Parts: sequence; C-alpha cells; structure tokens
Amino acid sequence: MDINYTPEELAFRNEVRAFLDEKLPKDIASKVKNSQHLGKEDTIRWQKILNEQGWMALHWPKEYGGTGWSPIQKHIFEEECAEYGAPTVLPFGVNMVAPVIIKFGTEEQKKTYLPSILNSDVWWCQGYSEPGAGSDLAGLKTKAVREGDHYVVNGQKTWTTLGQHADWIFCLVRTDPNAKKQEGISFLLIDMQTPGITVRPLITLDGEHEVNEVFFDDVKVPVENLVGEENKGWTCAKYLLTFERTGIAGVGQSKAALKHLKEVAAKVQQNGKPLIEDPLFRNRLADVEMELMALEMTNLRTVAAAQAGGVPGAESSFLKIMGTELRQEITDLFRRAAGPYAQPFLPETFEADYGGDMVGPDFANTVSAKYFNMRKLSIFGGSNEIQKNIIAKMILGL
Amino acid sequence: MDFKLSDEQRMLEETVGRLVRDGYPFDVREKARTSELGYSTDMWQQFAELGLLGVPFAEDFGGFNGGGPELMVVAEGFGRGLVLEPYLATVVLGGTLINALASDAQKETLISAIIGGELRLALAAYEPQGRYDHTQVATRADKQGDGYVISGQKAVVLHGDSADKLVVIARTSGGDNDRDGLSAFVVDAGAEGVSRRGYPTIDGLHAAEITFDKAAGERLGEEGKAIDALEKTLALGIVALCAEATGAMEVACDQTLAYIKERQQFGVPIGKFQALQHRMVEMRMELEKARSMTILAACSLEAAPALRAKRVAAAKALIGKSGRKVAEEAIQLHGGMGMMEETAVSHYAKRIVMIDHQLGDLGYHMQQLEGLLDVDDDAA
Repeated sequence: MDINYTPEELAFRNEVRAFLDEKLPKDIASKVKNSQHLGKEDTIRWQKILNEQGWMALHWPKEYGGTGWSPIQKHIFEEECAEYGAPTVLPFGVNMVAPVIIKFGTEEQKKTYLPSILNSDVWWCQGYSEPGAGSDLAGLKTKAVREGDHYVVNGQKTWTTLGQHADWIFCLVRTDPNAKKQEGISFLLIDMQTPGITVRPLITLDGEHEVNEVFFDDVKVPVENLVGEENKGWTCAKYLLTFERTGIAGVGQSKAALKHLKEVAAKVQQNGKPLIEDPLFRNRLADVEMELMALEMTNLRTVAAAQAGGVPGAESSFLKIMGTELRQEITDLFRRAAGPYAQPFLPETFEADYGGDMVGPDFANTVSAKYFNMRKLSIFGGSNEIQKNIIAKMILGL
Repeated sequence: MDFKLSDEQRMLEETVGRLVRDGYPFDVREKARTSELGYSTDMWQQFAELGLLGVPFAEDFGGFNGGGPELMVVAEGFGRGLVLEPYLATVVLGGTLINALASDAQKETLISAIIGGELRLALAAYEPQGRYDHTQVATRADKQGDGYVISGQKAVVLHGDSADKLVVIARTSGGDNDRDGLSAFVVDAGAEGVSRRGYPTIDGLHAAEITFDKAAGERLGEEGKAIDALEKTLALGIVALCAEATGAMEVACDQTLAYIKERQQFGVPIGKFQALQHRMVEMRMELEKARSMTILAACSLEAAPALRAKRVAAAKALIGKSGRKVAEEAIQLHGGMGMMEETAVSHYAKRIVMIDHQLGDLGYHMQQLEGLLDVDDDAA
C-alpha cells in the first residue's frame, strides 16, 4: 500500500507541468482563475494547443488519435490542468459524441466526424433533455420519422449548453412511438445549419447565456447520420453515462478554488484582522480542506481500481455527489468572503478587457454570480438525487 | 500509487477476519462484556498465539515490524467484531511508546512480555483539566534515589482498571502547559501510591480514574524529552481508532442495509422507500470517506511532522463527523429495534460515537487542522 506516485508517475506529472508552464496562455488562465468570461475562441485556442501536443483525446483509443494513457495518467493530467487554470475541455464532442461514434459508429462516420472533433474545428452540443424529459430522460418526445433516405425530426430540446455556438448536435429522438419507453429511441447526428432548426437563448439566474432551447420543425436528417441501430439509441446513451468519469470529482478544480479562497481570505479584513483568522470562517475552511482530502483519496482509490482493470461504474455517482457538493460549498465561502460586496451585480466587469473601476475588492465582483451558477452542478449530468437512486439500485441492491 | 494490500498485509487481514468471524459472535462478546473484567483473557491468549500482539514491534523480539497500514488492517478487523480486549491500550499506545523510548534492556523484558500476552498496559496521559490536550500535564515526577516518585491524577485511562503496568506521562520540569519537560514512566499498577477507580464505559469497554501519590516509577528514555515519541504514539493510536471506526461503520452499514431489505411496512420492505434509500446511500458515502481518510493517515505516519499532524488531525476529525452520521442513521433506520440493547447495531453505534471521545474529538482535531491549513502535500 502506497499513496505516493511512483517515480514514473512523478516524471509524467513534471512533463505535464512543463507543458502547462510553456503552452497554457496566461490570459486564458487568468480568466479561469478570476471567473471572468471565457469566449468560444478561448476554448478553441486552448483545445488546438492540446491537439498539437496530442493530448486532446484522453479517453480515445490510440489508433484514433487518443493518448493511450492509463487512468492514473489521465487523473494526473486533469488535476494539473485544473490547478493551472486551464479551461475545461468542452466535453460534448471529444468526450461524449466521439466515444459513441468510436463504439457504435460506421467506418464512414468515424472518418467524417472524428478528425474535426480532435482539432476542434466543429463545435458539438448535446440534445438530450426536453421540457418533459429531465431526470426521466427516456420520457423524451422529439420524434424522428423515416421518409425514404432521411428522417424528419420534430420536437424540442432544452438546457442545450453552449448550443448558440454549435455546428452540430447529437440527439436522442423517438423513432418508435409504440415501443416501451427505452426501446424506441435512436441516436442521431444533426447539422445545426439544417433548415427548420431554431435556437433560442435561456438566460440563467446569474444573467448568463449558457443554455438554450433548440426547436426542430420538419428537420430533414440523412439516414446515414444514425449512430448504431435504429431504436437502440438508449444503449448509446447508457454507454456514455458510464464512460470514463474519472474527472467527475473535480478535485483539481476544488483545490485551485480553495487555494484562491485562502489568498482572498488572507487579504480581506474583518474586525481589523484578516478574515482567514476569524474562527468561524477558518473552521469552515478547515472543514472544506478535510472533505477535500477525503474526496481526493476516494477519487484516487477509484482511479487505482480502474488502473487495475476495474470498470468504474456506480462508484462515480459517489464522486459526483461529493465533488459537486464541495465545489458548491467553496462558492458559498467566496460569497461570505466578499461580505456586503457580494451584492453589486455588474456583468460588464466579468470581461477580462473591462477597463473601468471596480466596486469593492477585485475578487468580489463575480462571487455571487458564480455561487448561483454553480447550483447547476448538483442538477446536471444526472441530479444528485438521481445519483443516489443509481447507488441505491446498483450498489446497495435496494 | 497502489492501494492493494501486500501479501503479508492480506495474511494479517485474513487472520484477524477469521478470528472475529469464528471467535466473536454477538452472544460470546456479550458474555465477555458483562463479565467483571469486561473481556476475555482466553481471547487475549489467542491474540498472542496468532502473533497479533507483536504487530508493531521489531522482529528481534518476535514482532511483525508493522507500521500504520498493518495496524490499520488489524484495527479495522477488530472494529468489525467490536473487539473488547485491550489491544489499543497495550500494544498501540503503551507498547509503541515503550518501544520508542525504552532502553534495550527495558525492551527485552517489556516488549517480549507484551508479545507473549503476559503484560497488559494502559497509557495514563490525559488529565481531568486537560480534556484532549496531551501537553497539559500537572502530574509531576521527582527524582528519589535511583528512581522517581510520581504524583498526580489521570483521567479516563482506557483499560486502566485491568492493566498490569501503567505507562505514565509526568512532568519533570516546566509549567503545567509546556510541551517540554514531559517524561514517560512505567509504574506497576499495584504499586504503593497508585489508586484506581475502574468503571465500564458506555461502549462496553473499561477505563479508570487513577491517582498517583508518590508512586515509584521507572523512567523511559531521556528525562523531559518524551513529547515527540508521545505524539508519534498518539498519531498511531489515532490511525488505529480511525480504522476501528471504519470497520465498525462498515458493519453498521451492512446490518442497516440488511434490515431495511427485510423489514416490511405498508406491505413492502422499507428499503423500497426513497427517503430511506437516500439516507442509506449517505451512510455509505460517509463510510467511503472514512476509509479514504484512514488510509491517508495510516500511510502518512512517516511523513514530515507537520504533514503527518495535518493528515492525522483531518482523519480523526472526519471520523468524528462521519461516524456520528453513520451511528445515528443506523439507529434511526432500525427504528425501535435500533434502541434495543439486544440489537447488535446499537453496540456498533455506541462504539463509533465513543471513538470520537478518545484521543481528541471532532472539535479538538478541527482546531489542530485550522492551525495547519498552510501545510501542503509537498511539505518536508
């Protein structure tokens, strides 16, 4: 039993650190650290740098351009990226639709879609949730009716993250209305330029345009855009849900945020002393630190089990719950650190090129927006209550 | 990075596992618990025969030369069976402190006797006014002839009622709250000037209030320099307690899960109700965290002192927090049955909660951790 990295693993970590030191653009890292707006071009610029290095597709098999890394290497990489303030790689292309195409797609589909995903030339978004199908995803109603060599799609998707930038969308659609819920669903790839698609912004409680509604009105989709068999789309969806979720705990993100929080709390004064010396605040900091240590070790145990050939299944549900609750707790502490200056809401100051005066301490302008934005963590990707249902069923046999 | 047990560690785990499975059914434990001694001397002899009393000691004395992970494996197994015997008091606390400080001649006698099952110890460190602070020592040791005489009072000394010898922390110099000036002594439990008031604890163990009035003691190690060894011993004791708690929490979770699958209300097993399913999931999540932190602490005993202190404090604090949750939920999900002395899970709950009152509770260790927030993983 040894909780330390091997010399080989440490050497790999040094290689990753050297890469990040040299190649991670400082302006982008600064935006991430200070919770300023990241634009589409920031994400793409970083992803193209990753691809040049051959480190874009962590989870793909090597023959398709993946890294071929072990679970521990992937973990080290993700953790270092987070700690350095690298933007999160947009998952919809490289980590969501691509693994499905690799597993269930035709050779033609692999040739068509994978290279542009690897080089971030095509921006993908996800068409799963609908107004009436959230946690009960299989209740989706968007219809695809086969007519000759294409499907005609009608319906509505929602919570489509960054769909406003997307070139393509992968969708779960109902192809057999008479089959049992899960059995009449298919997995379709749809070009967002196709006539009949309308994207409407949804503005979230923090004033952000992050998610969208996507409407389909007699949208014609070529039959060759079906991935896997017709009516077997649920298999693809389930595969994605269990696919490589080592990063789900967000340990690196929490570590970076906690470090930043400590810096901030050392500067903010309360009763003539730094806030970090306030007993109540310090107690909550210590509690977060303790929980983060427990999360990190639990995550490492899961990674080590994967390294030894185990398939992380419902264990990742534990990590999702623990990790998201912790990240949310840290955003709450940032809000506390800002004090009364958590109140002013000046979205123009979220831009890196905002040149005007701040109101209150520099860090304070984004904390409340971020706090409210991060409420999403326990809702998306299968709400934390759904994760508990999964654990109850899969691990506890209830 | 590797979380697998070595072959030797796995053998140790199997040995303890078999012993607890075969020798520690609930009714047998109840008989031992309610006896005057509070545990079984036959069982203690079995520990000796199986080599368990030598786990942390050098092979020269017949020991296993184990460290944190080995003790973790043993203590977790003991936690599963709610073992009553004075393993923590004798081997982990008293034994390793002797091992760290004593001369070769002293070790020859004392360590060999521990391993052979002929010597039971208790560590008399904490005092009534000091709560969980091991540096608040008013008990004094004064030189007299070749030896020392010790006077003072020690609080809630685990298994102090039945120990053959006491390992006593006493002050040879300095003020009551100084870190320096602490020395360790071996005192015969039956010596003149030692009076013990033994009592059962609510979790089925025994402890004692001990008063020393010019009792003769034999010094271990250098005068006034026991603090480092004492803190190492306490860290090891915390690892053992964390592991014991983890083992007990695992069984509490398993028993609760089995109960909610079997207990019928409204025509279905109560485990079909989502409110209970989610609580059960939360118990298991706390168990996973407890296991993770126990491993972290067990593997950090040889780390730089500040890093060791940070991780050990965090582990004990987390066990206090998670343990309370698991214990309370185990009782709650068992309903009225959880309130019964005849239900095993109530005994697990009591032990898990009382572990928080040994070697520093959640509040104490949170404060320690608060003082160590700046220590990072690369600390040397």
